[in-house]
Amino acid sequence: MMEKMFEVQDPVNHDTQTLQVNIGPQHPSTHGVFRMNVVLDGETVVSLKPVMGYLHRNHEQIAENISYTASMPYTDRLDYFNSMSNNFAWALAVEKLANLDVPERAQYIRVIMAELTRLVNHVSVIGFLLNDLGAFFTPVLYAFREREKILDIFEEVSGARMMCNFLRFGGIKRDLPAGTLERIKEVIQNFPKFLDEFETLLTKNEILCMRCQNVGVLPAELAVNASITGPMLRASGVNYDVRKADKYSIYDRFDFKIPLGQTGDVYDRYYCRVLEMRESLKILQQALRDIPVTGEIISKKMAPFVKAPRNFKPPVGEAYGRVEAPKGELGFYVVSDGTPQPWRYHVRAPSLINLTILEDLCIGHKVADAIVILGSIDIVLGEVDH
Amino acid sequence: MIFGTGIIKGMLVTLKAFLASYFKGPHEGGIFTVEYPEKRLAEKERFRNFPFLLYDQTPENLRCVACDICAKECPPKCIYIVRDFDKEGRPLKRPAIFDIDFTVCMNCGICEEACPFDAIFMDHEFEIAGPDRQNKMLYHRDDLLKSNEYFNKIRPTDAGAIDARRREAEEKKKAAAAQAVKAKTTQPQPEPPKT
Repeated sequence: MMEKMFEVQDPVNHDTQTLQVNIGPQHPSTHGVFRMNVVLDGETVVSLKPVMGYLHRNHEQIAENISYTASMPYTDRLDYFNSMSNNFAWALAVEKLANLDVPERAQYIRVIMAELTRLVNHVSVIGFLLNDLGAFFTPVLYAFREREKILDIFEEVSGARMMCNFLRFGGIKRDLPAGTLERIKEVIQNFPKFLDEFETLLTKNEILCMRCQNVGVLPAELAVNASITGPMLRASGVNYDVRKADKYSIYDRFDFKIPLGQTGDVYDRYYCRVLEMRESLKILQQALRDIPVTGEIISKKMAPFVKAPRNFKPPVGEAYGRVEAPKGELGFYVVSDGTPQPWRYHVRAPSLINLTILEDLCIGHKVADAIVILGSIDIVLGEVDH
Repeated sequence: MIFGTGIIKGMLVTLKAFLASYFKGPHEGGIFTVEYPEKRLAEKERFRNFPFLLYDQTPENLRCVACDICAKECPPKCIYIVRDFDKEGRPLKRPAIFDIDFTVCMNCGICEEACPFDAIFMDHEFEIAGPDRQNKMLYHRDDLLKSNEYFNKIRPTDAGAIDARRREAEEKKKAAAAQAVKAKTTQPQPEPPKT
């Protein structure tokens, strides 16, 4: 009897069946309302189907029924961690459409805000990745401590911590209040210290290395074919950053590098983000050094439309504006028919497109690794289900 | 091969943070969160929550003229305005109904930006939770009214700039009117046509 109990079975031929499990939609590790339909063989993932749409709210259709400026607060709600980048992309698209110039000071403020957003996003995504790994709340709270300081700046500047609604076509909504630049400088000065501390905590941590290295490897070729963008693509070693490739706004004036990974595993994605934050700090320092002390904040052509957004009718045509959002290439495609509403409005959401690769990354790994891989993709469901 | 040095170093970081939370000030790495209902953070001047309607001196004297611009510009269309009429059916420059549905409003501040009469502004009030969605969260005209003094208190720079601008415009208007009156009186009367 005992002998039979401890009989070692042939792992391949023993009589088991696969098990279908739904992870989510109400699961803390899915970062929102997202469901993974996983087929498991033991603990190994055999197939994984992402089920999205729980947060679908007709974003594109709404934007086609309201004025161009009125879409701006809606773009905040796409990727609610990075509302400034979302505003930036939408503003660029319309500026391309209507052929608008942006004054110098506004350009710098935009870049400063976009890079602060990148810090916010990367620092909190690393925190949440560690949460998914099982390091509950210590890293994420350290990350949130720093994020809080930047969100305070956003509140001071735009009035809201997350739903900033700060950029306008041809400029920004309001000039910075007095003393904000000094506070930004202070935050930036202290940030490298925090990053060093954060890295001491994490980068060489053996458990983190074991859990992340060679997990969810994304080959460069597959990444390109699946049109993955952002830190995920760069972690696979592909040198593509819209800030360098497109040189939108004033990014050609700054000296910064694009950190690249080698293997494209979860660890590379983590480390790429850390390095990207350091590069962002460089950009911020340069921008704060060069920003004009005073100047216009909105172009003369657009100033009358601030009071009357519905009178703004861009010429007939189409445009695609894109930025390197913290999650990847965020683009807005807009077609105008000369009316106050866009005729077609389309969002190229990086979270959604990066998520399509999830099954390829997860097959063959354990369930616990699938959670970590999802965390390393860095999705925000507001953007996935726009 | 695991030696665990990375983990030990990491633990030292957490130990440092733990000690800092007790012995250091909020800006030197200690705790800077506050215990909310008892203590509060200073409000940022630009902080925006739900909108309110502004009146000068008395609540009857509200600035809103029911032009409907904010209702048209509002992205989620949460403002509903009906113009007031006098007894003879002539339209008055004030709203009879001005409702804002706070369950729909998304605090974007576009109404404030678009208002040509400086009548609607974003408030700092955020403790408005109530047990009833239908009656508590649909704000009518009288619930929304707030005085200019209140606006000056919560947003001194903005209010100061707007008041200065309005005063200037009024003075200009007065001067123009006075000039027009003066011009009228001093204008030589045209001679009656000779018959």
